[in-house]
Amino acid sequence: MNPGFVASQLFQTLLAVFLAPLMLGWVSQCRAWLQNRSGPGVLQPYRVLIKLFWKDAVLAHNASWLFRLAPYVVFGCMVLAVTIVPVLATDLPFSPAADVIALVGLFALARVFMALAGMDVGTAFGSLGARREMLVASLAEPALLMVFFTPALISESTALNTIVEVLAHRELTVYPSLAFAAVAFLMVLLAENARIPVDNPTTHLELTMIHEAMILEYSARHLALMEWAHALKLMTYTCIGIALFLPWGIAQAGHWEMMPVAIVALLFKLGLAGAGLAGLEMVSAKMRIFRVPEFLGIAFLLAVLGMLTHFLLDMKAV
Amino acid sequence: MSSLHVVLGVPLFWIATGLLGLLSKASRETHARVLFPLSALGSLLLAVGAWFGLTGEPQSAVLPLGLPDLPFHVRLDALAAFFLVLLGGVSAGVSLYSAGYFEKAGGDIRLICLQYQVFLASMTVVLLADDAYLFMVAWETMALASYFLVTTDHKLAEIRSAGLLYLIVAHVGAIAILLCFGTLQLGQWNYTFDAMRGNTLPAAWASVAFLLALFGFGAKAGFLPVHVWLPEAHPAAPSPVSGLMSGVMLKTAIYGLLRVSFDLLPVQALWWGVAALALGLLTALFGVMFAAVQTDMKRLLAYSSIENIGIILTGVGLTILFRGYDKSVWAALALAATLYHCLNHALFKSLLFLVTGSVMHATRHRSLGKLGGLIRPMPWVAAVALIGTLAIAGLPPLNGFASEWMLFQAFLLTPGLPNSYLNMLVPVATAALALAVALAGYVMVKFYGIVFLGLPREELGQAHDAGPWERAGLLWLAIWCVVLGFLPVFVVSAIDPIARMLVGATLEASMQKSSWLFLTAIAPERASYSPLLFLLGIVLTVLVTFLLVRRVYHGRVRRSAAWDCGFPRLDARMQDSAEGFGQPIKQIFEPFFKVERSQPSPFDARPFYSSRIEDRFWSWLYVPVMKVADRLSALVGILQHGRIHLYLIYSFVTLMVLLLLIQ
Amino acid sequence: MSLSLTHQLIDLMAALLLLIAFAMVSQRRILRLIHLFALQGLVLSVNTLIVAVAINQPHLYFSALLTLVLKVIALPWLLHRLIDRLNIRWDVETLINIPTTMLVGILLVILSFNLALPISQLAGTITRSALGIAMASVLLSFLMMITRRKAVPQVIGFLAMENGLFFAATSATYGMPMVVELGIALDVLVGAFIFGIFFFQIRETFDSLDIHHLEKLKDKS
Repeated sequence: MNPGFVASQLFQTLLAVFLAPLMLGWVSQCRAWLQNRSGPGVLQPYRVLIKLFWKDAVLAHNASWLFRLAPYVVFGCMVLAVTIVPVLATDLPFSPAADVIALVGLFALARVFMALAGMDVGTAFGSLGARREMLVASLAEPALLMVFFTPALISESTALNTIVEVLAHRELTVYPSLAFAAVAFLMVLLAENARIPVDNPTTHLELTMIHEAMILEYSARHLALMEWAHALKLMTYTCIGIALFLPWGIAQAGHWEMMPVAIVALLFKLGLAGAGLAGLEMVSAKMRIFRVPEFLGIAFLLAVLGMLTHFLLDMKAV
Repeated sequence: MSSLHVVLGVPLFWIATGLLGLLSKASRETHARVLFPLSALGSLLLAVGAWFGLTGEPQSAVLPLGLPDLPFHVRLDALAAFFLVLLGGVSAGVSLYSAGYFEKAGGDIRLICLQYQVFLASMTVVLLADDAYLFMVAWETMALASYFLVTTDHKLAEIRSAGLLYLIVAHVGAIAILLCFGTLQLGQWNYTFDAMRGNTLPAAWASVAFLLALFGFGAKAGFLPVHVWLPEAHPAAPSPVSGLMSGVMLKTAIYGLLRVSFDLLPVQALWWGVAALALGLLTALFGVMFAAVQTDMKRLLAYSSIENIGIILTGVGLTILFRGYDKSVWAALALAATLYHCLNHALFKSLLFLVTGSVMHATRHRSLGKLGGLIRPMPWVAAVALIGTLAIAGLPPLNGFASEWMLFQAFLLTPGLPNSYLNMLVPVATAALALAVALAGYVMVKFYGIVFLGLPREELGQAHDAGPWERAGLLWLAIWCVVLGFLPVFVVSAIDPIARMLVGATLEASMQKSSWLFLTAIAPERASYSPLLFLLGIVLTVLVTFLLVRRVYHGRVRRSAAWDCGFPRLDARMQDSAEGFGQPIKQIFEPFFKVERSQPSPFDARPFYSSRIEDRFWSWLYVPVMKVADRLSALVGILQHGRIHLYLIYSFVTLMVLLLLIQ
Repeated sequence: MSLSLTHQLIDLMAALLLLIAFAMVSQRRILRLIHLFALQGLVLSVNTLIVAVAINQPHLYFSALLTLVLKVIALPWLLHRLIDRLNIRWDVETLINIPTTMLVGILLVILSFNLALPISQLAGTITRSALGIAMASVLLSFLMMITRRKAVPQVIGFLAMENGLFFAATSATYGMPMVVELGIALDVLVGAFIFGIFFFQIRETFDSLDIHHLEKLKDKS
């Protein structure tokens, strides 16, 4: 555990944490350009966060300690998630702390705290959001696990380090199973991060909200932490997708000369992903809540298909 | 003073204190406050004694009790020791809680004490029994003692019928277990387990024995389709008893299944594993789906028990499967995951049942539609319940996640099996397990959110927090939930001797490759998980963020009304009710439920809405069986007319036949 | 290196074929079904082209062209005209709901993969691993035929089944003799015409294309 490793782990975490609002801003800006608007600028989420931190927190009369604790716990979970995922380099000190299954569990922990916080104040909207979020999550989690199992079966491990190393250093082959898994992962990403077509992140109509309804009661620094955690979650998911499906450019720990390349590659890939997300949101409409299980069912089936084609096509008969 | 002596002494101690309590004339409070803590002390002694029995050679003894030519054999080996530790640890917490609970609850305290001690003692003897006779005696005593405990409140008709259903299913199961033992002893008239271990059965009889064991122990554990007594009996019983039943009694059934499948049947067939796996997954999905739509706290927890038992059965099936393919290390992993989950479930399920006991004490309500907002009047119970909820939902870094993680890792090993059908089907089965685990999170958010958060849906009066004894019991269980979550490697090393005994391989080799911080499966490059690092990461971030925010900005807080979207009369009834929270699951999984709904029409003078969700198994399986039983008994009833002449003729005919036969 | 590249491309086409077969099973709108069928034909002809380039057999070029003309252009155009004339756009009802159909589809895929494994180990062509996928898409199209209520999706399922068989032929034996292929192509074309005529007749008799009504044709005895 030499100081070089610890320093780079810290660097990766801080970079990801402070880059996350930029990614959200980039996605909104791309959407604005696609809609022929001039947009608020990519730095807008930072301005919003700073503004929110300065405000007085307004809590409902019957909000409990769980309500006040939840934003910190959710933010902490997301920071831990981005620490574990190999954003810039593999083999960092915290990465053996969790494999993909534990990562899914970590997201589940954050989500449960958010749902409980939504139910805490006792309004109709909070419990509506909590119920819908838990529904989407219950269906998205199996799909996500199946998506993770395809690279796990290819690399015979569920540790992200091993997966990235195996997938990055294989010959440039086209694995159809990974193609299926990638499409399924994209669908799960849209569902879990409350993007169109599952949930509209900019809606003001409470009855159509899923994620927003749970944080409706939050204000000031609590809301800032929740929004930051939301941005971090999107960034972490994108980084997981990049690590699984486009892993070229991620440095190996110990090879510090690869770091600048890794940073440039990361920024490029995130930019591409953000623009792609904005484009996808442009051409889709938000679904009714009860079409979401079908959507996630398709994602799940694609992931299972990916796994099955791995068995047939990727394993050459000997 | 070997561990066997300690472990044998504790049941005697329990029964003795129970009998003494029956005879004493002390007041209710003294009774409760003396006997239950004494019982807890016994439990602790049992756990410590059994812990020392985990390692080392199995110890057996022959007790001169029982019938003249049929003495009792007892044996303390690693498997029994593990379940004894489970029993001792969990019952210590439950007994401490009961000291406070039964002070105020109804029923004759002396009888309750005696039944409680006999229940605990009989479970201990079940775990220790080394022959079929003692096993069945103890099993029946356990069933009867728990029946009396379930029907403590026997003045209510629904509790009586719940008890009757429980008794019937328990006895049907006991018959199957008896037949299983009969099959195992192969006609040699030797009823000891040692003799059964030595027998080699032909494959067909071995399968018969396994199926009988699966059915018989399943009736006690709650596998599909003999699960119907669980959702009735657990809510009917007083909460500490529900906790013991759900936490410990169901595990004795699992112990029985493991004992028969691995110890008494030396060779397992592959299809047993597949059957157990499929049944386990079906049970798990069934349990969690029904739990999501319940409106009664304790029924919800009972269905959740069915789900967890399904997960445990899945693990058992996986172990048998791996053992059948001679992948002993993989089988050890699956077995370790299963046993770990048994322990975890015992802890958090009894914790949650005790929490419902406190809630019922404080508010006199059981239905979720009347509770809410209890986090303010009952902060202690709410905090402990949060730990239990997070644990049962399978969230890191607590104990529920650790065992589920290991089970997933075991599932991921299946593509290495030589059979291509299994290679492809079992990962799909993993998805079913993932769905069950995810829906469990849904169910527990519903449970905690509706009971403790939000606003009270009805006037709850003066709800008060739990008393000191109850807090002690709840804390004991919660602390163990946390400790077992943070130190999984110790638990797995403790389970290792059992794996060596049952499947012939241990996880020691893979554990040695990594440090005590990381829980690994097979090899650290393959997968690793460290709950302590999780805790470190989250706590560090929370602290740093909190301090930074307070120092750079400020920590001002104002209170005001909740957001009402412009609607002025927002009240507590507008939160989600229990049905409302479960409605999406009801809608998506509609084919699996039998819903009877009566909806009001716009022209009703007094509109009335009701919706009941029933178990389809009643109409598929139980009602036809009951009808057949009715018809058979009616046929037999023809023999009874009340006419003395016919009865005399019956005796005469029998006599003639016997005389002719003897000729 | 080029051999393994070819192998990967063919595997990719096979995977796409499977995906399209699944998409057809789960699709509700008939127009999209026709587009998916056209896409399936395109994947088939590209696949035949790749095999033709890899092993340098000229008659496969011709086969690819035939597939393109017939299955990507002619048949979809025919079907398009048909549904325009019959004025049907939706087929919302299936016998069992879509998630269950998909689950059954997955089981069928597992079954066909397992059945194809020993065969694919025996075959000597470069596309042997795609045999399982071909069988799977045949079974899936069969499933689609079974679970639909209206006549047009059933016919599309039949045509998709033929697509799957064609893919199996290409992957296991490097295509069929030209005569056989021309004969099958003609059969399919004629079949499509006859189906069109039948649809009009059914419509006239029963005023709807729901095949339920065909049950009325049995003897009332």
